[in-house]
Amino acid sequence: MDNIRSRRFLVILVLIVVTSYASLYGALTGLASSGETDYLFLALYTTSGSSIPSFMSFIALLGPFVGIILGFDGITGEKSERTLYRIAAQPIYRDSIINGKFLAGTALIFLMVFTMGISIGAVGLLATGIPPSLEELGRVLVYLLFTSIYICFWLGLSLWFSVVCKNAAASAMAAIGVWIVCALFMGLIAGIIANLIYPMNNDYQALMNSMGNYTLELGINRISPYYLYSEAASTIMNPSVRAVNVITVESLSGAISGYLSLGQSLLLVWPHLAGLAALMLATFAGSYICFMRQEIRSK
Amino acid sequence: MSETMIQTVGLTKRYGEKTAVNQLNLSIKKGEVFGLLGPNGAGKTTTTLMLLGLTEPTEGFATIAGKDCTRDPIGVKRSVGYLPDNVGFYGDMTGRENLYFTGRLNGLSGETIRERAEELLARVGMTDAADRKTKTYSRGMKQRLGIADVLLKDPEVVIMDEPTLGIDPQGMRELLSLIRELSEKDGRTILLSSHQLYQVQQICDRVGIFVNGSLIACGTISELGKRMEREGKYTLELSAEPDNGALASILSRIEGADRVEREGGRVLLHSREDIRRRVTMELTANGYTLLELHQKGGDLDEIYSRYFEKAEREQQQKESQKHHALAGLKKGLRSGQ
Repeated sequence: MDNIRSRRFLVILVLIVVTSYASLYGALTGLASSGETDYLFLALYTTSGSSIPSFMSFIALLGPFVGIILGFDGITGEKSERTLYRIAAQPIYRDSIINGKFLAGTALIFLMVFTMGISIGAVGLLATGIPPSLEELGRVLVYLLFTSIYICFWLGLSLWFSVVCKNAAASAMAAIGVWIVCALFMGLIAGIIANLIYPMNNDYQALMNSMGNYTLELGINRISPYYLYSEAASTIMNPSVRAVNVITVESLSGAISGYLSLGQSLLLVWPHLAGLAALMLATFAGSYICFMRQEIRSK
Repeated sequence: MSETMIQTVGLTKRYGEKTAVNQLNLSIKKGEVFGLLGPNGAGKTTTTLMLLGLTEPTEGFATIAGKDCTRDPIGVKRSVGYLPDNVGFYGDMTGRENLYFTGRLNGLSGETIRERAEELLARVGMTDAADRKTKTYSRGMKQRLGIADVLLKDPEVVIMDEPTLGIDPQGMRELLSLIRELSEKDGRTILLSSHQLYQVQQICDRVGIFVNGSLIACGTISELGKRMEREGKYTLELSAEPDNGALASILSRIEGADRVEREGGRVLLHSREDIRRRVTMELTANGYTLLELHQKGGDLDEIYSRYFEKAEREQQQKESQKHHALAGLKKGLRSGQ
């Protein structure tokens, strides 16, 4: 309730609606010129056209913001408004405060993501006139589920910071800092570490280490929920992605070029889903524990 | 009436090195208005938080209406209303909505909430402002809504943290009479903490004085005054005519008088026993007309500052002893070399 009515949520919602429809427009113009025929419905979400990024990349970029905005002053706000002490003095368990904060945010995120995703699909359907297959629909729903969990991770993280930090500004800065590191610098860090452990300075080293180097870099990258999510989303939304790990020439021999079925794609990203859900629960558990051990006092 | 409502036994809270509350033993009877007095940082808020189970005591325990405050905080909070200092409300909700929200958190039925909210809004004089958003409220209005909020669950015990802070004199009078009414008419037990002596004196049955986490004195105001007297400290405030230089020397010659001071137009006479009778006789004998004679020590201000001075002196003594001991130790070491 409070979340929906709050001004800053409306601002970010408007931003997301506008960018989503812009990306849909981009996708439609892009599709018209490409003339591709397979999985057109999915292409509505993934295609970028006339210099407008796709819906998927917009959501990957703006999603964390939604999570952070919903969570960053969850507890600090109650403290600065001085309502926390009044609520804590009522006969309710203390964890229901933090559970309520998290569940309300989660519900809102799921609602928003699914509404956006389905409405984009509906408008796209009207524009193209091509009905989606059941599999495409399934893929979109799985993708939206991934997105929701991913955004909930950021909600949990910012809620955690809001428990730990003294004021809302500090907690917002910390959450945005983590997001920037995950989105921009994780790749650099992963590359540096991988090159340190498996150097590839000459041909011989390149021959011996390239496999280890690449696997390690990928592993480190996957610590970042941003990478995890992008990988999972592109696998789900693009049936031609056949593997998320290193593919050797042997494993390709005898393979028939074609699309993966939804079940097979899901099998590929199952670990990603588990990882994202675990990260989300870990951040919430962190904020829960910190809040329960924290002393509620007015100074 | 003699039923004990709030009891603490050896209640202690330490934050690392610092002891916020030290071995607090307190028992407050049903229907009593008890004032916790002390300067800022004396441990008053920590005590109230431990009573509500929001902070865990390091040692000892507290019970309210027979329920342990640490083990059964939900049960305690069901029968205790807490008004924090500088209470806050959800700014985007109206005063009435805020009250309804509290009612729902207490698991009251919609019907009860509506009835009680209207009654309480009228009682604190907020009916007119009840449909305005609370972010537009002034400090005093928030405080009044806070009292309605506390009373909504019909608590047996009301704990108020600095309830009079930042309220104008008119609002203060209303608040004080309301607090008195809560105790006398409704039979609720009230624990309030404050550093404003004057109001506490007006409404409290008993007071406890807190310094550096310890309760150094506890009792009714007249009891505390008597105890001061037993410790041999009397101060007479008097004025006489003609007010000439000889007055002071006559007064200081009276048997038992310690020293004479001047404060504005009055004379302060410090002594170790009650010398009122001697003073009157001596002054009359010397041809003075006594205009005013007042034994100080009966009001809380005096008691308070006396106890503070005492506590501070003890603290200083302890520290200087420590210092001396340390210096002696160093000297001993040096001479030993």
